Amino acid sequence: MVHEWALAQAIVDSVEEYASSEGIGKVKKVIVKIGELQAIDKEILMFALNELSKQPYVRKVNIEGYELKDEEAILKCRVCGNEWKFRDMKLNEDVMESAHFVPEVIHAFVKCPYCNSRDFEVVRGRGVYIESIETD
Amino acid sequence: MTLKLSEAEGFILKALKPTEEGFDPRVTAIQRRLASIKLITPVMSPKGGVGKTLVACLLALKMADKGAKVGLLDLDITNPTAHMMLGMNVAENKPIEDKGVVPPKFQRISFMTIAYYVGEEPLPLRGADVDNVIKEVLAVTIWNSLDSLLMDLPPGLSDETLDILELLEKPRPVVVTTADLLSLKSVEKLLKLLDENGVKPLGVVENMSRGDADTKVLELCKQYSVKFLGALPFDHDVGASLGNAERLSRTKAAQAVEAFIDEILKEF
Repeated sequence: MVHEWALAQAIVDSVEEYASSEGIGKVKKVIVKIGELQAIDKEILMFALNELSKQPYVRKVNIEGYELKDEEAILKCRVCGNEWKFRDMKLNEDVMESAHFVPEVIHAFVKCPYCNSRDFEVVRGRGVYIESIETD
Repeated sequence: MTLKLSEAEGFILKALKPTEEGFDPRVTAIQRRLASIKLITPVMSPKGGVGKTLVACLLALKMADKGAKVGLLDLDITNPTAHMMLGMNVAENKPIEDKGVVPPKFQRISFMTIAYYVGEEPLPLRGADVDNVIKEVLAVTIWNSLDSLLMDLPPGLSDETLDILELLEKPRPVVVTTADLLSLKSVEKLLKLLDENGVKPLGVVENMSRGDADTKVLELCKQYSVKFLGALPFDHDVGASLGNAERLSRTKAAQAVEAFIDEILKEF
């Protein structure tokens, strides 16, 4: 899966934009939260992040490293209030692949195990966010 | 020093609004993805059933006929139908992964829809989820350089419309209406909203016209200083041509679009 490159590009661009607007020239570490639902290949993501952070891609800010933090995906039914873990569901590979691109498509394939409703929310673990950056 | 980006204050760059989760990197990616597109045209109307999908598809087909590099994005996330109108089999034509998602071409149109991922399953979504899908799709889709990207929007003035206003640099919408009062009043609200946001439409298209352009439609265009692009006749052949792009392209409605397509091509 090479969709990770698109996400890595988005992360690097965002950090660069943020840091340069704040007058930060060097970022020691970027902490990125990885929601389970998007099934990111962390090895590829990390490789892509490091590659894209090298010159000449990033000119304004020097990013030294990244830390990827997993976030478990929790779903909650809006009808009956039932809460469950995404990883407990048995979903086929096609669904997982679709969720990798657009996590919300699980609403087409997943129902509340308790009341069978498709009206549920992803409480956490949806996608990729930049949680924080460390500077000197 | 650790900067928690969810708590960042005083940082007003539109592209990087902090959320409870942190910074959403997709918004920056969207600007980059769309930067090499000359003209982004959402096809809009708050009223349902006026022919937005038809107009979006015909615009795409006719632009492609003229040799323009065209993309079409179905932004009707919970009920995508543009692929059905064009007759594209979404089970057989899938986007290609290449450091993002490259949409397949159909009738020389780069075509993107959520239907690739959900098929014929219902996709009921709350507003925040719709917003997430739009951001995800815009962030990962690689259009490369296009002359024009058309977007087929659902009715209403909800997340899709607000995302257009929030995420796109300079959208140039085509507004679709019929001559009936309900549609005209709805479209007036849209024109007002666009005006308030400094968005200048390419123009207004009247659909299901019974003859010449309706005077009420023309008056509305004049009131909001928006160009009247043309009237598409009420055309029984459109219904019979659904799912067949070549046939759709030969309908009277398509000919009416062809008559004003050069007006739009001038904007590239």
